[in-house]
Amino acid sequence: MNIEALLASTFDGLMLGFVYGLMAMGLTLIFGVMKVINLGHGPVIVIGMFSVLVLSQAFGINPYLALPVVIVFGVLFGMVMYFVALHRVINAPELTTLLATFSVNLMITGTMTVLFSTSPRGLDVSLGSLQFGAVTILGTAVTAVVIAVLVTATLYAFLYRTRTGKSIRAVANNRSAAELMGINSTRMLALSFGLGTMLAMISGALLATRFSFTVLSGSGLETKSFVIVVLGGLGNPTGALLGGIIIGLLESITTIFIPVSWVPVLEFVVFVLILLVRPNGLLGAR
Amino acid sequence: MKTLTNLPFWLLLIVVAALAAIPVALNNVSLREDFFLILMLAILASSINIIMGYTGYVSFGHIVFFGTGGYIAFYLMQNYQIHFVPAALVGGATASLIAFLIGIPVLRLRGAYFALATIGINEAFRSFVTNFEPFGGSIGMFFNFAVYDAYGGAKNAGQFAYYAMIGLALLTIATSFLIKKAKFGLGLMAIREDQDAAQVLGINPARMKVITYTISAFFPAVAGAIFFFKNGLIEPGVAFELHRSIEALVMVMLGGYGTVTGPIVGAIVYERLRGFLITTQSLSNFHLVIAGALLLVIVLFVPAGFIGWLRQRWAALGRYLE
Repeated sequence: MNIEALLASTFDGLMLGFVYGLMAMGLTLIFGVMKVINLGHGPVIVIGMFSVLVLSQAFGINPYLALPVVIVFGVLFGMVMYFVALHRVINAPELTTLLATFSVNLMITGTMTVLFSTSPRGLDVSLGSLQFGAVTILGTAVTAVVIAVLVTATLYAFLYRTRTGKSIRAVANNRSAAELMGINSTRMLALSFGLGTMLAMISGALLATRFSFTVLSGSGLETKSFVIVVLGGLGNPTGALLGGIIIGLLESITTIFIPVSWVPVLEFVVFVLILLVRPNGLLGAR
Repeated sequence: MKTLTNLPFWLLLIVVAALAAIPVALNNVSLREDFFLILMLAILASSINIIMGYTGYVSFGHIVFFGTGGYIAFYLMQNYQIHFVPAALVGGATASLIAFLIGIPVLRLRGAYFALATIGINEAFRSFVTNFEPFGGSIGMFFNFAVYDAYGGAKNAGQFAYYAMIGLALLTIATSFLIKKAKFGLGLMAIREDQDAAQVLGINPARMKVITYTISAFFPAVAGAIFFFKNGLIEPGVAFELHRSIEALVMVMLGGYGTVTGPIVGAIVYERLRGFLITTQSLSNFHLVIAGALLLVIVLFVPAGFIGWLRQRWAALGRYLE
């Protein structure tokens, strides 16, 4: 057992975990506010990846400077998605909203395939690297962590400090009571769907600066988001961040002990067990 | 078993059998391939409907049983030269056993949690089989062509598989009908509408749900055995494809949630539509977009599905169309 290898993969996992956390936070925010499992989460992550690709390759914008554009686009796209697919069925049973979001998944995947084909893409981003013994820390990875933390902090400040953020939490807590207090719940639902979509897109953009991707990368990331979200507790953003870090660490550290291909087995077994033993997640109350 | 003397019950079975016999009568192999796929999808959709439409538990990862049954039957046929019929039955029985064991803890979960758990189970199985060397790992397994000799060569084996699929489809539809009309089915629908109230009325939801889940796992497993027997090759990506599971849900919604005929109609319409979109030059690129848009329209505006809508529209029809 090599301590340096362990250290290196711990760092790797930690840094990946923050981005995973951000990605899952989008899913959990939407579930927390409107009890909808967004099956369009994966394709939205892919849109984030391709927005950065297009902005940087066609318009020559630095991928990091493209992020604000992705943020605005993400919120707007999510709000449109809410009104098109969900608004009519927001009070319907799970199956209806699952299928409604799945239909959006199909439409996005179909459109993206027509536009970009399914060949692998990559961004050429390099921010240098730092070397500590066996541990190499990539500039892109550190930047991704910093951005993920900034976005999370801003999200929390928004949800806890602003009037709109508080209204969103009120709607999540009890929609009819919030309406009686004069909150426009439709607007809040649309906004939170927009925020969740935005988080997915940013995480996609950040992943794109580190790994290669295709139009179909979304489905794997979507199931990973489910695992993370359940680990942290459905509807709990802090839990999602924690779950993301756990999965990031699990993915990188376990590869020292077991072959890479066994990692998903472990992930999904943990996922099902958590659902059975602690359905409210690691942070949730029993 | 009053249903056994019920006219619509026999009418439905006869119509399905007659339709399925068309390609055999015409001796048209390409039509037979189309019908083979439609029958398989109708089986998948109907068995999902048994747990989802009657009980209200959305089994998203139901394809796990299709893959498991397929793998077990394939393994037995390939390595022990067991005849297809017992191999498929062992595959089906194993899937039912797995459903029973998994069902006891998992069916305690409700709503979204159950849906997520079934996705997790399917993914866990898929990644496990990808690593499981006796099943060929990520490459999967393929038949030695000698396997087909016992059935009179690959060509006759294809015909044989088609008959098996017809038989299974009739069995699935009959089971679905019988459950719906029995007291048992009434209990399931009570669970679907309000589990707590059903319990107060003396229904044991835990036991009924596990039995239903066990039954609904059998048919996709045997369908998987037939499909991969005919295919001659099995790999984890195809056997445990979550997408196929979701497509089956779409068929149930399309035809009508909780009806017997709905999933069959849904399977026919979905498969025909997809075939049309893919083969039409100007539309083929957009087939996913169109399928998605269509699904959204149905979910938003016709939530009862085609059969459900017909039943609402003409109440008299409801007596003949389950």
